[in-house]
Amino acid sequence: MSTQAHAAEHHKESFVSKYIFSHDHKMIAKQFLITGMVMATIGMAMSLLFRLQLAWPGESFSALNFFLGDKWAPDGVLDPNMYLALGTIHGTIMVFFLLTAGLSGTFANLLIPLQIGARDMASGFMNMLSYWGFFISSVIMVASLFVESGPASAGWTVYPPLSALPQAMPGSGLGMTLWLVSMVFFIASQLIGGLNYIVTVINLRTKGMKMTRLPLTIWAILVTAILGLLSFPVLFSASLLLLFDRSFGTAFYLSDIYIAGEALTQTGGSPILYQHLFWFLGHPEVYIILLPALGLTSEVISTNARKPIFGYRAMVGSILAIGFLSFIVWGHHMFVTGMDPFIGAVFTFTTLLIAIPSAVKAFNYITTLWKGNIRFTPAMMFSIGMVSTFISGGLTGIILADSALDINLHDTYFVVAHFHIVMGLSAVLAMFAGVYHWFPKMYGRMMNMKLGYAHFWLTFISGYGVFFPMHFFGLAGVPRRYYTNSEFPMFDVFIDLNILITVFAIIGGFAQLLFFFNFFYSMVRGPKASQNPWKSNTLEWTTPVEHIHGNWPGKLPEVHRWAYDYSKPGKEDDFVPQTVPLEEGEKDGEH
Amino acid sequence: MNFLIILLSVLGLIALIQLVRVFEITGKLRGNNQDDIDFQENKLRGKLWLLFGIAYFGFFIWLVWEYGDDLLPVAASEHGAVIDNVLNFNWIILILAFAITHVLLFYFASKYYWKPNHKADFITHSTKLELIWTTFPAIVLAVIVIYGLSAWNDITDDAPEDSINIELYSKQFAWVARYAGEDNKLGEANYNFIGGSNQLGLITPETIKDRKSTLEDEVINIEAELANAPEGGAKEEELQENLDKKERQLAKIMTYERQNEVDPFVNADDDKIVNMEFHIPVNKPVNFQFRSQDVIHSAYMPHFRAQMNCVPGTKTRFHFTPTITTEEMREKTGNDEFNYLLYCNKICGAAHYNMQMTIVVESQEDYEKWLSEQSTFTSVETAQSREEEKEVSEEEVLAEKN
Repeated sequence: MSTQAHAAEHHKESFVSKYIFSHDHKMIAKQFLITGMVMATIGMAMSLLFRLQLAWPGESFSALNFFLGDKWAPDGVLDPNMYLALGTIHGTIMVFFLLTAGLSGTFANLLIPLQIGARDMASGFMNMLSYWGFFISSVIMVASLFVESGPASAGWTVYPPLSALPQAMPGSGLGMTLWLVSMVFFIASQLIGGLNYIVTVINLRTKGMKMTRLPLTIWAILVTAILGLLSFPVLFSASLLLLFDRSFGTAFYLSDIYIAGEALTQTGGSPILYQHLFWFLGHPEVYIILLPALGLTSEVISTNARKPIFGYRAMVGSILAIGFLSFIVWGHHMFVTGMDPFIGAVFTFTTLLIAIPSAVKAFNYITTLWKGNIRFTPAMMFSIGMVSTFISGGLTGIILADSALDINLHDTYFVVAHFHIVMGLSAVLAMFAGVYHWFPKMYGRMMNMKLGYAHFWLTFISGYGVFFPMHFFGLAGVPRRYYTNSEFPMFDVFIDLNILITVFAIIGGFAQLLFFFNFFYSMVRGPKASQNPWKSNTLEWTTPVEHIHGNWPGKLPEVHRWAYDYSKPGKEDDFVPQTVPLEEGEKDGEH
Repeated sequence: MNFLIILLSVLGLIALIQLVRVFEITGKLRGNNQDDIDFQENKLRGKLWLLFGIAYFGFFIWLVWEYGDDLLPVAASEHGAVIDNVLNFNWIILILAFAITHVLLFYFASKYYWKPNHKADFITHSTKLELIWTTFPAIVLAVIVIYGLSAWNDITDDAPEDSINIELYSKQFAWVARYAGEDNKLGEANYNFIGGSNQLGLITPETIKDRKSTLEDEVINIEAELANAPEGGAKEEELQENLDKKERQLAKIMTYERQNEVDPFVNADDDKIVNMEFHIPVNKPVNFQFRSQDVIHSAYMPHFRAQMNCVPGTKTRFHFTPTITTEEMREKTGNDEFNYLLYCNKICGAAHYNMQMTIVVESQEDYEKWLSEQSTFTSVETAQSREEEKEVSEEEVLAEKN
């Protein structure tokens, strides 16, 4: 299509087709980002509310009463059922709505066409459907907060029978049904989106963009989409069967239950079946979150270290290895369910295998910094922070993967510390890195750096401040999901530490206001960005600052080299965009 | 108050906007191109990583210093000591890996800050280095796997023949322990038998009889109500549904009754049921069986490094040998009030946070003495049914008097 045709199209757009039911991948990316930010605010606020209870159990807070009302926080004291609900929805929102849809949705949509040199996604319409599926599921999830009997409360993994029986807890009533309906929309949205990402990356790469020249962001997103496509349908069936057990008297997960003075007639099901199905998604899900985060980090670190990413092939190999292995490790969430010990041993083995590609990635990041020429942009600060959290949190995974050690640490705060650092913090830091790095691409303006640094240090330090001490709770045998530890005198030693954690959480929570302010202020008032502010090699920085339909005016760019020719000897600049043809005798890639 | 908060927030926002503008204007005045970075500031940011590294390690050391002694005391079971060894071995490797990688990360970040007119080294990869850091972790992990799994295999092996059989039964929100009694066999149980004093649903010839008659009474009552209920109403539907349930339950009980005629359920008679606290002898293997009444619970006994989920519909098992009595542990920890605890470690509802039971480890003699003081299931049952009969007869007497 010619430039003029695009320009004409551009003019015809109404407000609705441009900002709401947009087919344009850049607009859809922004929609995912903003929706993700709104959901994250809710998820974060919830964690602050239950942190208040954990630090000062049973004390009255007007904030609790203000947000939760007299039913769930009578006299400002949190109700135990609401405590569980807050934890459940916090987990659901953070895992699915922020770090799955928010992270992948934003950066897959923004970067796939721009970095592979495509006019748009393979199907703009499906892309729009994907966003609106996500939007509907977000609305339903938020609506479930206002249900009379309270939102889902059985933990974000919603294990039956607890989640299947309204008699077991109030949150397993209508709130749970809405949770499941929301997830059904969410999964549909993920599948539509994921399919689109895969097709686009495979089919729409511009001339010269061989798979071996793909930026690592795209490799990571591609593998992520494949993981989602293979694992989300399993969660879909798990949710559907749970819905049947709840509403139509089936017994897929239920057997031999006596509750509320009554013996239920359902027999023959197994609650463990649900766990197998859930974690068959649940574990790849961890990498659905982590891989895009690692992809973004690779890009930001290489660009700002002004140095090729160390071991590109090894990085691609480890993404593929992690992707494959993530499907055969789910059983490590179930070591103490009474599963056959031999199968437990197999899962221990496969899980520890994942440590190898993960270690390779960590070493490669560190070595990329070595002898670099590092520009500490806010995005770079977040990325280095991410490498630190990835290592700190990843190492404790080695302990939890060991079935013998998991016996005593399973479901304690040690687990909470582990996954919040390796998955939560890492992915959030990477997501921030991505926003600071690609903000000029998204909005054509620069974010304020000083606020960015303040935001980084507050977030990073309080992140560690919150989650690092939790290892010690776990090693002392403090279980997660306890409304209070005050029934156990042996945990009294941790009262002060719990308060410290909450203080860090509050600081970290409010630090996000800096980000929000910076984000929205810069969107309108930030200094205009130049075309390639970070002097980066990838294709997205060859598009005009002003967004246009089809991304490039005129012909699509042609790619002649890999994305990591930073500080290449014999070149004038310390970067060589992918569109620059190879000189005679010049070698491409790792050579 | 609220007005003040809003006012402060607005003022804060305005201050922030002004601050950002000042940053931007001063940046322009200094002639900074937005694409360029300030060398000195950038260098400082690099050095900050070193500072952070020191603070991070400092925080770690402080936590160990301050809370290292508050972690779980020495393992009180045979396999627990093995688990602790494996854990400590892992810690040595992991802390080493943690320290080395972080020192390198922060050191490189602080050293290789951007310098104008300088280029980074163009290093794309190094097959040798990459081979080293693929194979080295692989070897270390192999050791970890072998060490860990040999412990796991020992722990999950079959329980010794001479183990004491104890059942831990979970329900919202309490634990019940059941001892196998003289025959060291835990009697059969089924959830359809739960009711009255039979909180675990144990099956004995008496409970079959009791349960059958209770259910038959209930069926008769419902049928009577059903006869009076208006036709076609919601009430009728509800009653009919209830009736179906009871009849199905009754049919279940009848199958047990038939089985009982061939092969009587005698194992549960001498079982002993205790609440709140249970005792085990030191240095004697205990084979636990876990059941759940309603939702999944998890029996967590961290002092013994033991945990197993209680799953409705199935029985799970775990066995261990306690090695330290409660008294000895009190001396070791210097805490006179120390108690071994069993508590729930799988989210199970509102009072999940307070579902605990005390475990007492004592000498064989003390244990036997304590156990002999506990009454058997049948004696409780008979006492209970006699009590009920007595009540009924008293009522009859009263009725006659009137």
